[in-house]
Amino acid sequence: MGNKLIFLTLLALSLPALAKEAARDNYRTYCVQCHGMAGNGKGVNIRDMSVQPRDHTDAKAMSARSDDTLFKVIKEGGLSIDKSVLMPPWGDTLSDDEIRDMAQYLRTLCKCKFGGN
Amino acid sequence: MKKVLFAMALALAQTAWADGGMDILKSQCSSCHNLTGPAPQTLKELWARKGPDLFYAGNKYRKEWLVQWLQNPTRIRPAGEFYEDHIKPGEKHDEIDPATLKPHVSLSKDDAQAVADALMTLKPKSDLIAKEKIEEGTISKSMGEMVFDKFLGCMACHRIEPDYGGLSGPELYTAGDRLQPEYIASYIRSPQAWDPKIWMPNKHVSDMNIQKLVHYLEALSQENKNGK
Ligand code: HEC
Ligand code: HEC
Ligand code: HEC
Repeated sequence: MGNKLIFLTLLALSLPALAKEAARDNYRTYCVQCHGMAGNGKGVNIRDMSVQPRDHTDAKAMSARSDDTLFKVIKEGGLSIDKSVLMPPWGDTLSDDEIRDMAQYLRTLCKCKFGGN
Repeated sequence: MKKVLFAMALALAQTAWADGGMDILKSQCSSCHNLTGPAPQTLKELWARKGPDLFYAGNKYRKEWLVQWLQNPTRIRPAGEFYEDHIKPGEKHDEIDPATLKPHVSLSKDDAQAVADALMTLKPKSDLIAKEKIEEGTISKSMGEMVFDKFLGCMACHRIEPDYGGLSGPELYTAGDRLQPEYIASYIRSPQAWDPKIWMPNKHVSDMNIQKLVHYLEALSQENKNGK
């Protein structure tokens, strides 16, 4: 009984401040504004952008990126992989766990994996 | 003595004024605006939000702007709130769906004044405001644009001219007019400290660039006002 309580308290303490959200929901909220409702890079923001957002349904381009690179660019932004500053860092918005899920979600959009179509 | 009485009467009248404003807020505004906090903690709450949170209004807005805008509201967020509910697929890219955007209620001069007084009393998160020190300074428009567009990529979501920039965030050529400088600085430093689920990322802007951006946005508003 006592142990259980301590365990529950520890669990509560170790939980992140905000509950984990599904990757699809995070994509709708944070990525669609630039990458588009269809994930094809044609978001509502793009008209005046000097570098256009990646088409996440482009299997060829997306399979050239490892899961680690996807994790890095989502967390730290375009500059971290020598890409445009217009791709923002999401490390203060999404937890590492959510970013890992997001990378997997992108794989479902491109229907591709690293190294092959 | 007379003076004291007069001052007391004035203070009382002002409180009554703000009380009246609070009544209006509760009866006519609280269906869309959160007046008590906290900000949305989940995406579901974020998506359900019908208007910007007003519970820290006293630390966010310039009062003169509130009084004016409430009498004559104009659009600030081109894609409204929540942006994804107001966009649709377009020919070249997603577009705003104007049919989904409704005009804002407007108030009489007296009501606007009373509501502004009431809003200015709402001051949670003052600790965040106290951390910001805005230094005197100016920046050329071209340098400001360089920082905003090129170095930091803020133009992706914000307009710095009525027809230039992104659409998912509020227009910023009026930000200096609408917002307190410390709020602008604090929001750029950490949007999540104000609104944990908001779709503006923390770009880890340096202290120096935060100062530059505040000066730039204030100059931009000035220019926008003079131009009209
Ligand atoms: C403000 C606009 C904007 C938002 C919002 C945005 N991106 Fe991007 N993203 C870009 C741009 C622009 C590029 C292209 C960068 C380049 O090619 O230099 C890009 C590129 C990418 C790439 C490809 C990087 C590469 O070359 O391998 C990935 C992956 C990506 N974004 C994921 C995301 C995810 C996930 C989200 C939401 C959490 C997101 N982006 C939100 C603008 C944005
Ligand atoms: C039907 C929903 C609705 C009602 C009712 C409503 N508002 Fe709003 N309000 C909004 C929306 C949506 C916006 C954002 C407008 C924009 O960005 O263009 C907004 C914006 C504002 C803003 C500017 C906020 C900012 O940060 O940009 C203020 C101030 C405001 N409303 C005050 C009021 C007051 C006072 C009332 C009551 C008299 C009221 N609103 C009633 C939906 C509503
Ligand atoms: C991915 C889109 C996005 C990017 C990139 C972005 N913002 Fe924002 N910004 C937003 C959104 C969304 C809001 C909050 C809107 C609200 O409160 O309804 C916001 C709010 C603001 C505000 C407060 C404005 C207000 O009216 O409440 C300022 C100031 C601001 N951003 C400045 C910047 C600066 C400077 C940069 C670059 C370092 C930047 N933003 C990058 C989306 C973005």
